[in-house]
Amino acid sequence: MFEALSDKLRKVLKDLRGQGRLTEAHIEAAMREIRIALLEADVNYQVVKSFVDRVKEKALGQEVIGTLAPAQQVVKTVYDEMVEMLGGTSTQLLFTRRTPNVVMMVGLQGSGKTTTTGKLAKLLAESQHRRPLLLSVDVYRPAARQQLSIIANAIGQRTFEAPDINDPLELCRQAVRECQLTGYDTLLIDTAGRLHIDQELMDELQQIKRETSPMEILFIADAMTGQDAVRSAQQFHEQVGVTGIILTKMEGDTRGGAALSIKEVTGQPIKFIGVGERYDAIEAFYPDRIAQRILGMGDVLSLIEKVQSEVDEDKARELQEKLARDKFSLEDFRDQLRQMKRLGSLDKLMDMLPSGLFGGMKMTSEQTAEIEQKLKLTEAIIDSMTPAERRDHEILNASRRKRIARGSGTSVQEVNQMVNEYTEMRRMMRMMTSGGLGGMLGGLGGGLPGFGGGRRRKATKRRKKKKKH
Amino acid sequence: MAFWKRKKEDAYISLGLNRPPTAEEEAIAQQPDAQQERNLYAEPEGQEGFFDRFKQAVAATRESLSEKIESVVGGKRRIDASVLDQLEEALIGADIGVQTSLEIIEKARQQVNRNQLDDLYELKRLIKDELREILLATGRNRRQGTVASEAEVPLDIKPYILLIVGVNGVGKTTTIGKLAHRIKSEGNEVMICAADTFRAAANDQLAIWAERSGVPLIQQKPGTDPSAVLYDSIGAARARNADVLIVDTAGRLHTKTNLMQELEKMRRVAGRDIEGAPHEVLLIIDAVTGQNGLEQARHFTRAVPVTGLVLTKLDGTAKGGIVIAIAKELGIPIRYVGIGEKINDLVEFSPEAYIESLFD
Repeated sequence: MFEALSDKLRKVLKDLRGQGRLTEAHIEAAMREIRIALLEADVNYQVVKSFVDRVKEKALGQEVIGTLAPAQQVVKTVYDEMVEMLGGTSTQLLFTRRTPNVVMMVGLQGSGKTTTTGKLAKLLAESQHRRPLLLSVDVYRPAARQQLSIIANAIGQRTFEAPDINDPLELCRQAVRECQLTGYDTLLIDTAGRLHIDQELMDELQQIKRETSPMEILFIADAMTGQDAVRSAQQFHEQVGVTGIILTKMEGDTRGGAALSIKEVTGQPIKFIGVGERYDAIEAFYPDRIAQRILGMGDVLSLIEKVQSEVDEDKARELQEKLARDKFSLEDFRDQLRQMKRLGSLDKLMDMLPSGLFGGMKMTSEQTAEIEQKLKLTEAIIDSMTPAERRDHEILNASRRKRIARGSGTSVQEVNQMVNEYTEMRRMMRMMTSGGLGGMLGGLGGGLPGFGGGRRRKATKRRKKKKKH
Repeated sequence: MAFWKRKKEDAYISLGLNRPPTAEEEAIAQQPDAQQERNLYAEPEGQEGFFDRFKQAVAATRESLSEKIESVVGGKRRIDASVLDQLEEALIGADIGVQTSLEIIEKARQQVNRNQLDDLYELKRLIKDELREILLATGRNRRQGTVASEAEVPLDIKPYILLIVGVNGVGKTTTIGKLAHRIKSEGNEVMICAADTFRAAANDQLAIWAERSGVPLIQQKPGTDPSAVLYDSIGAARARNADVLIVDTAGRLHTKTNLMQELEKMRRVAGRDIEGAPHEVLLIIDAVTGQNGLEQARHFTRAVPVTGLVLTKLDGTAKGGIVIAIAKELGIPIRYVGIGEKINDLVEFSPEAYIESLFD
């Protein structure tokens, strides 16, 4: 998501690395580039100014410490400053024993409040054992309340329904009572989207706040917001007092500079980020990880955590052993593909890996789509094999291969290619497990050779071209 | 004002009708009020002109560019570095884009250095001219108020298909409601196709807007292939002899390849049924969008032939300057501006009014 920004910073700092010693002029030049990069990433003009000044001051005043090269020191300073700006440490939602704990969702129209309310309810119910009740007080936008009901249905949670009541305050009162009577411990209020200059609606938010005394007031912000992010965040914060921020639509290619701006002007932590249209596409926000990502260090930690939560640990260990004993069958391979699918799209996975892992190669969404298509074919081919074939690929003779191709709607060439890639992959994985990298990536291992396959195919294409000339 | 009009006799067009006017309508057209409304920039007496409404909406942006500049200059007549810096901040702050802003400022800086420019008034004019040039250039590509390929569109194409696209939450559905009202009030048979089969309650929301504007809505159950809904809608529009079919689509991030392919498929399906369809593709851009807006426009134009932009939520403090960057790079004209939540709050875009409101 922040790729472009990290690309730029890396380029600038690489230029710095080329220099033997770091002079004031070098820092000046780097800062100019950082400034433009941050502005292009939609970080607010004033925020950029103070950020650059701070980094410059620190970089200049610093003594060169022991083992660090001066250029590395600038990277570290930029990184530290960015982590600090993004919030220092991660923060969870605060709950007390009161019934109910009220969470208010506020923000501009179209920032994603309703969808995020659903995602948050699901998250709280499933990983924090809360019993949420959902309430929409958006009595203005057509079908806003239906939208929340449908979402609640989809995630298996309840909304407070009172179609006859069109007064937001009355809705809140009744919903709170409902919680107290029936034991819902968390009330999520989805408020109407509004412009921050709409005083009437701001007053309404203040009244809701007085009525329900919420534990959390979350400001929902679109990650694609430009320079105006500062103004709207500030207004909401001044008028209703925001306790946290959720950034939505982070799965796009926005550089997300709004995150830095909003954080800076409200001083409130960014608690979650929305990363997709599925209702489980919400993640905790880790400033250090995002800052690492900005600087091109990748987000390996987030990825590993995700792999661990989705992949059955026992299965992963079993797999590791199989790999070590070289008994990684096509069946296991298919399991791997399926587990990978559960992790989400390749785009997202690639985002989380450090760019250096693939030799600095960056994939476009077209490329990942191509690979995803290929993985689909691979799965189809394996599906068309008999269990015996899956356990031992050595028995695949010509007639078997012909049958498999027919069954999976592919050609014999494609089947051959797939089997070749699989054997190649087994060899690679053996190397990886003995090397130790495999241990780090654990269950993910199965996916990586798929990329290798894609690259290899390109390499042959190139070779063919050369022959022609 | 009706851009979807094909070549007709002038009189029909001026009445915004697809058919010869009846005697009654002719009589109404003769009345001075109706005549005046045709004039874009004239302000009908006793009634707010759209130019005014536009300006009012944009003026809500509390600190305008010129206020900012004025505050730096503070009586100074000469232009120095701090004035240019402030100007740069103002341009970038309006989301006009770093590249474009820096270019404009650089041009000014050069002129100042060469002593060709020393007056604040002149400086402002220079910047206005630069911005206006960018916006008018797109207008020259596509004559204002017309379709690019108007000359080629056969007269008997019905329905005229308008595809509405954009990322999530920019206001597509609301814009469609307002647009349907606009086009219908010009005397056209309008239909809406609910091809957002993904978002929860998208149909319900659109149904309410369709009812408000009194326009029939073609919908199917959630989860249906949008292309199928579109195909059915075209059939329905044909059967009812509708003039215009407005197609709502699900919001999609431009980075999702499969969703962009879905959009391409919709284009193909429409094009197979009716030659040249979709005749208009409007990309909706939220005024608060930052530099990512340019990326959105690039991706969407790759999937479908975007013929115009609609800038929504301009009644807030955001200035939506990213449309200038889009206009500059892709040459897509800005068609409409959304300035509120009511059904009439969609006005035609005027480069003059837009730039003036940034400065005054």
